[in-house]
Amino acid sequence: MQYIDNIIFLILLVAGFGLFAKSLQKIYRNIRLGREINRNDRKGERWETMARVAMGQSKMVKRPVAGILHLFVYVGFIIINIELIEIIVDGLFGTHRFLSSVFGHGFYNFFTATLEVLALLVVIGVVIFFIRRNFYGVKRLTMKELFGWPKHDANWILIIEFALMMAFFKMNTADWVLQQRGLLPEHGSFPISSTFLAPIFSNFSDGFLFFTEKAAWWFHFVGILFFMNYLYYSKHLHIILAFPSTWYANLEKKGKFNNLESVTKEIKLMMDPNADPYAAPGEEEAEVPSKFGAEDIFDLNQVQLLNAYSCTECGRCTSVCPANITGKKLSPRLILMKTRDRLEEVGRNIDKNGSFVDDGKKLLNDYITKEELWACTTCNACTEACPVLLDPLSIIFEMRRFLVMEQSAAPQELNLMMTNVENNAAPWQYNQADRLNWAND
Amino acid sequence: MDFTIKTMAEYAMEGKSPEVLFWVGCAGSFDDRAKKITKAFCKILNKIGVEFAVLGQEESCTGDPAKRAGNEFVFQMMALTNIEVLNAYEVKKIVTACPHCFNTLKNEYPSLGGNYEVVHHTQFLKTLMEEGRLKIEGGAFKGKKITFHDPCYLGRANGEYEAPRMLLEKLDAELVEMKRCKTNGLCCGAGGAQMFKEPEKGNKDINIERTEEALSFEPKVIATGCPFCNTMMTDGVKHFNKNTEVAVKDIVELLAEAEDL
Repeated sequence: MQYIDNIIFLILLVAGFGLFAKSLQKIYRNIRLGREINRNDRKGERWETMARVAMGQSKMVKRPVAGILHLFVYVGFIIINIELIEIIVDGLFGTHRFLSSVFGHGFYNFFTATLEVLALLVVIGVVIFFIRRNFYGVKRLTMKELFGWPKHDANWILIIEFALMMAFFKMNTADWVLQQRGLLPEHGSFPISSTFLAPIFSNFSDGFLFFTEKAAWWFHFVGILFFMNYLYYSKHLHIILAFPSTWYANLEKKGKFNNLESVTKEIKLMMDPNADPYAAPGEEEAEVPSKFGAEDIFDLNQVQLLNAYSCTECGRCTSVCPANITGKKLSPRLILMKTRDRLEEVGRNIDKNGSFVDDGKKLLNDYITKEELWACTTCNACTEACPVLLDPLSIIFEMRRFLVMEQSAAPQELNLMMTNVENNAAPWQYNQADRLNWAND
Repeated sequence: MDFTIKTMAEYAMEGKSPEVLFWVGCAGSFDDRAKKITKAFCKILNKIGVEFAVLGQEESCTGDPAKRAGNEFVFQMMALTNIEVLNAYEVKKIVTACPHCFNTLKNEYPSLGGNYEVVHHTQFLKTLMEEGRLKIEGGAFKGKKITFHDPCYLGRANGEYEAPRMLLEKLDAELVEMKRCKTNGLCCGAGGAQMFKEPEKGNKDINIERTEEALSFEPKVIATGCPFCNTMMTDGVKHFNKNTEVAVKDIVELLAEAEDL
């Protein structure tokens, strides 16, 4: 019977990681619904970008308050996860504070003390984030587009993180008091717990302290498994996907929009006086794109879909968007959120039917409206602001392409402009022959 | 103009090629306000003896507004036609006063077969100054308050923030920066083909928001580096009835004025 704890632990561990792997697999499958895009070039630069932006948080600190608090939570999260190794070993083999035997007395003291300080920083960060989000009224965090699940989701994350940290302190305090009473071997140093919580705990009985220590330990462990599996349903996925998103980020100049190769072929053929208009297409030209631009998630590329999953809805993009600032319907954050919503809907459809069965819906119109798309000035403020290099502008741009090239559904004034460019080689109705008139004015 | 503007065709007939091709752009060719920018730039080049040519009637829209509106067909029709002309003249270096032309020529033409060294007029003048060919003295703008509005397609799109500022500093003016400047610059509202349509419904127009910010510093001049920004900011200043107190000018216009050209 003495192994029952370890067996339960093992079952939970396998189930927790198994479920998580299944979620990740689903995300991977969904992302692969998009068009392929070659972003495997310039590997050195990509590793460097990821290290700087995702690991180094270089863009987070552009807004110092949020940046520093985020850094607390981030560093705390990473280092506290080393604790997970200890939890797993202790849980599987019934040891107590296994790492102390690996690290040695001095370094284990340093390690646990660091964890305690970081855990406190996480608590401070999380509490201030909660206040900022719910009572302080930071505009980008209180906009209407976040009402409902996005707002609850954000709060749940903060509450779970707070609870996990509290369990961590409780566990340490009980352990420390028991160590002082000589009932547990002395391992580690707990500056926060021993100072702030120990005075309360010192009144408790031995039995209750043992129970508290174990309970907090289990809570911490189950909490981590729960949190991990919660990620799939949450905007908090960014803690994983920020890494591939920054790795696959666009490294070109922001002003460089891609040229459609399929169009190049057509135009070259059109301009070539020797071309035979009736010639059958050659072997290599057989690949004709199914459509120009994007009307649904299948027409977006895989990096754009990865972006949709990576967005943490911080709204830095929307808060700098000139269209949004001046009250237009466009919100770059919402473009990514809606893309993810549609992508998940398609995913559920596939789960249910085995493969995608037409549901009569599209990303365009059912999720993202023309009015939003046409309000964009392509100024790149959103892509500049994103802390993890997401590119909502590219989605807007692809959808405009669909509207114009597949549906001829541009606003009338833009049609006029495009006709002018086509006929007069200028967006206005002037004659090309008058192009040098200014020189003689 | 009190000197002749030569075309690439004329240079070719003489069997010569100029130092640089000046890409005038549609706004610079046709828009009455932007034509003044074009002329100011030519005057400066002429004064310091830079041999330059324009394409004249052989120039077409780069295709930027069509592309950003989503019409890749019209864009590539323009691009491939322009590239044919530019390659026929064996053009090496292009300078333009329009950040939209600059961006398209520099970033989107290479994969279509158009490879040139493309610079914005502020970058070109900065180089000329560093080489000692262009000398600027403060003149009329000494001590006056100037604020610079970053064009998105020069700044964020291509990472150039310093060249225009360096030129403005040479005017000995008091350069005040708006809160939203450089990487955080606010769009004038004209990019992405917005210039050619009415804005979507909102609380206010983008150029009004931007001009409001600029005017809050009570500058004498709002400096621009893009003909579209220029139009948008000029409209904004008119909206606030400040057009007699505050001038909206392209950087080359300021330089030309300082030199009394």
